[in-house]
Amino acid sequence: MNAQKIAKIAVNDPTWVRYTLTGLTLLVISLFLILPLVTIFFEAFAKGWEGYTNELTEYNNTAAVKLTLLVALICVPLTTVFGIASAWAIARFEFPGKSLLTTLIDLPFSVSPVTAGLIFVLLFGAQGWFGEWLQANNIKIIFAVPGIVLATLFITCPFVARELIPLMQEMGNEEEEAALSLGANGWTMFWRVTLPNIKWGLLYGVVLCNARAMGEFGAVSVVSGHIQGITNTLPLHVENTYNEYNAVGAFAAASLLTVLAIVTLVLKSFLEWQQQRDRASLTLPSS
Amino acid sequence: MNKTNILPGFRPALGFTLLYLGLVVLIPLSTLFFKTLQPDSQLTWQGYIHIISNDRVQAAFSVSFLAALLAAAIALVFGFIIAWTLVRYSLPAKRFFDAIIDLPFALPTAVAGIVLASLYAPNGLIGKPLTELGFKVAFTPAGIVIALIFIGLPFIVRTIEPVLQEIDASMEEAASSMGATRWQIFQRIIFPNVFPAALTGFAMAFARGVGEYGSVIFIAGNLPYVSEIVPLLIITKLEQYDYEGATALALTMLLVSFVILLTINLLQMLLRRRVTSERDSPVPALVTTEQLS
Amino acid sequence: MSIILNNISKHFGNFTALDNINLEIAEGELVALLGPSGCGKTTLLRIIAGLERADSGQVLLKGEDKTHKDVRERGVGFVFQHYALFRHMTVFENIAFGLRVKPRKQRPNETEIRKKVHALLELVQLDWLHDRYPDQLSGGQRQRIALARALAVEPEVLLLDEPFGALDASVRKDLRQWLRHLHENLNVTSIFVTHDQEEAMEVASRVVVFNHGVIEQQGTPSDIYDNPANEFVSRFIGDTNVIVINPQAANTVHVRPHDLEITKSNGDSAASATLKDWQHLGALIRIELAKKGVNGSPEIIYAEMPNEQFKRLQLDKGDKVDLHIRHAHWFHAA
Repeated sequence: MNAQKIAKIAVNDPTWVRYTLTGLTLLVISLFLILPLVTIFFEAFAKGWEGYTNELTEYNNTAAVKLTLLVALICVPLTTVFGIASAWAIARFEFPGKSLLTTLIDLPFSVSPVTAGLIFVLLFGAQGWFGEWLQANNIKIIFAVPGIVLATLFITCPFVARELIPLMQEMGNEEEEAALSLGANGWTMFWRVTLPNIKWGLLYGVVLCNARAMGEFGAVSVVSGHIQGITNTLPLHVENTYNEYNAVGAFAAASLLTVLAIVTLVLKSFLEWQQQRDRASLTLPSS
Repeated sequence: MNKTNILPGFRPALGFTLLYLGLVVLIPLSTLFFKTLQPDSQLTWQGYIHIISNDRVQAAFSVSFLAALLAAAIALVFGFIIAWTLVRYSLPAKRFFDAIIDLPFALPTAVAGIVLASLYAPNGLIGKPLTELGFKVAFTPAGIVIALIFIGLPFIVRTIEPVLQEIDASMEEAASSMGATRWQIFQRIIFPNVFPAALTGFAMAFARGVGEYGSVIFIAGNLPYVSEIVPLLIITKLEQYDYEGATALALTMLLVSFVILLTINLLQMLLRRRVTSERDSPVPALVTTEQLS
Repeated sequence: MSIILNNISKHFGNFTALDNINLEIAEGELVALLGPSGCGKTTLLRIIAGLERADSGQVLLKGEDKTHKDVRERGVGFVFQHYALFRHMTVFENIAFGLRVKPRKQRPNETEIRKKVHALLELVQLDWLHDRYPDQLSGGQRQRIALARALAVEPEVLLLDEPFGALDASVRKDLRQWLRHLHENLNVTSIFVTHDQEEAMEVASRVVVFNHGVIEQQGTPSDIYDNPANEFVSRFIGDTNVIVINPQAANTVHVRPHDLEITKSNGDSAASATLKDWQHLGALIRIELAKKGVNGSPEIIYAEMPNEQFKRLQLDKGDKVDLHIRHAHWFHAA
């Protein structure tokens, strides 16, 4: 839609409607989105820069940061590989049960994070299916890092796939066929034609997946056991310090996650813009 | 397009997908169902009914579903207004406003939880004036609704926005040329076009709200019978090693959410069918085979 | 023979795309596969390329059985309907792609690649565009780049899927001529698919007419126009009047508008008609005539004649005329 048309439609709405709706929009965005964002940093710096850095460098906080990074470092690549593989199968081939598979990939979206944690306790907890065997072999999954990784993998499973599937379906497979007809083998085709074409959408999915992997709370909360300095991820550390009435500590930790959220939003906007540009180049006039 | 094609890698891609999905999602999730079938499990049908019909459990389900429903409805109104403004009006710093809509997607729920709780607490920036006016938000069901509106808002805006963008301006101009008022145009042209998307957004916000945990527990007060949500009750039961109870609640929540989503999907399919059948005549068989040649 | 197809069949579910196709194409021919949408012509092209597998039948290229060979090993150049240029590569890199992905031993060095790509760019007269990206090109330019890219691997057979389908009418005309000349120079065996009969007649040395997965007729353009093998071909190629002679026997006569002569008359013979209207088609006039049909209902038929001739007849709307058929085809309708 061009600017002229937007102006025309806007003119159609009476002035008072325009002002009321714009006002309401700004009010809701300010109260619900901007104010909380500002409050986080305000509370984090309630005791000044020193109070802030003291909380950040505190042992439990740095341990939580490290654990959060470790979990993301394991989960994001796995989810990415899964996303690419599933999108390749679903967007490029016909097979029975395809729509069921697509639905199943989205399943974690409709499961409460708490349930996502619970199922791993049912599998690997002391009373779980493999509980006795794990105990006998001295393997700890629940209340330990593997449990946190598993719960995060469950939650983030659809993030990359659901960006790539529609994107690759829209692109069609002509370019890949062209590469093959020019003599490229499967790997060459993938690295030199498929991957460059999906890169923005892929990055988009990875960025969102990473934000969720680092920020997941409910599922991780169930499996982690909340052992300070050992199994507390950053979001769990936020909860702990908040419940200990250490507001500055909680908001200082929260501010790190907020910076992550802001970086995610900026990257997301950038990637959306890139994808729009790519898409526009797809639909140029024919001559 | 026909995809029984010659592109490589189908077997490994599908094989890996199924293996991964099975290990990470399907097998773990199936424990919810098999827990009830295990021979040594105490969770029989009667046991299940007993757990679910417990007063505290019933209260938690009411709180969870009603709060999610109310929050999704309020978010729908706000979200529509925001989407409308962002698509149709010129606004300074529009890019910024548009980007920040996704904050609830990107902000970890625990962070949202503590900041909403401190804002709406009786001595908080918003909570204080509200308390003086006689409204108590934090540590009441109203607090839950506030948190769920925050969580649900981007779902609504992001589903409505593209549809509003795609409404053909000439449709409105045509209606206007036939003498329709602005309000009639909205009722008869814009609303029917946006409704299916609004419904999707509502369903997504609702489903997310029912299961939401992190952003709610800090502001809810978690008073049994009053402001205790189902996810929290699951954790409470789990902490008491009541695996059967936790499983029963999780399973119920999952099934109820599915039924609701399924209903809305069906409703939407009916709507879409009506809209498309009004728009164009049935597609002739040739069109589907056209790409073959 | 450059290409031999033996008993090719292909089904998609219940839909028969190709039913037992046999076709031979000689070295250096330029053949058009012509037919309406959904007739199976693109499927056949993709089967020749190895982009699709036939359910049964054999594909021989240069005498070698390539039925089970991968598209990579067939030595074909394929120009896709929407060109399928790699959008993230420059024009130069697009054309060089086929050379760069060759196995190390056969891969030419950078200087050779550069030389070859520029030679191809000169062949398609677009060397000045070598550092552009596909989205900066017009449709006609993309088409020629796609062709250059397919030629880079020196294919034994060149296959083009609706090569002019996505282009504007004016660009299409120029490109048709250009493609024919290019083929004359290169003399590589080429097949292109089209649904546009004018395009097939103008460009190809031989036309193969498809319908519902079978070959209806093949021959030179004039062969097919002058001697259509059946009703379908007669209707599909050029304009034709279909006149039902005897409804019981279901016999029809097909008369091309320019094979219908008219003279002014007052009579009311069986071969007379009323002039309803006429239109200028440039050099020709198209005359709309109403004639009583076999069962009494009016029938509209068209005649065409040069401008000058029409003027000489001094006809007006409503005038009675006599019809004389110069040449006609008789078909027994199925």
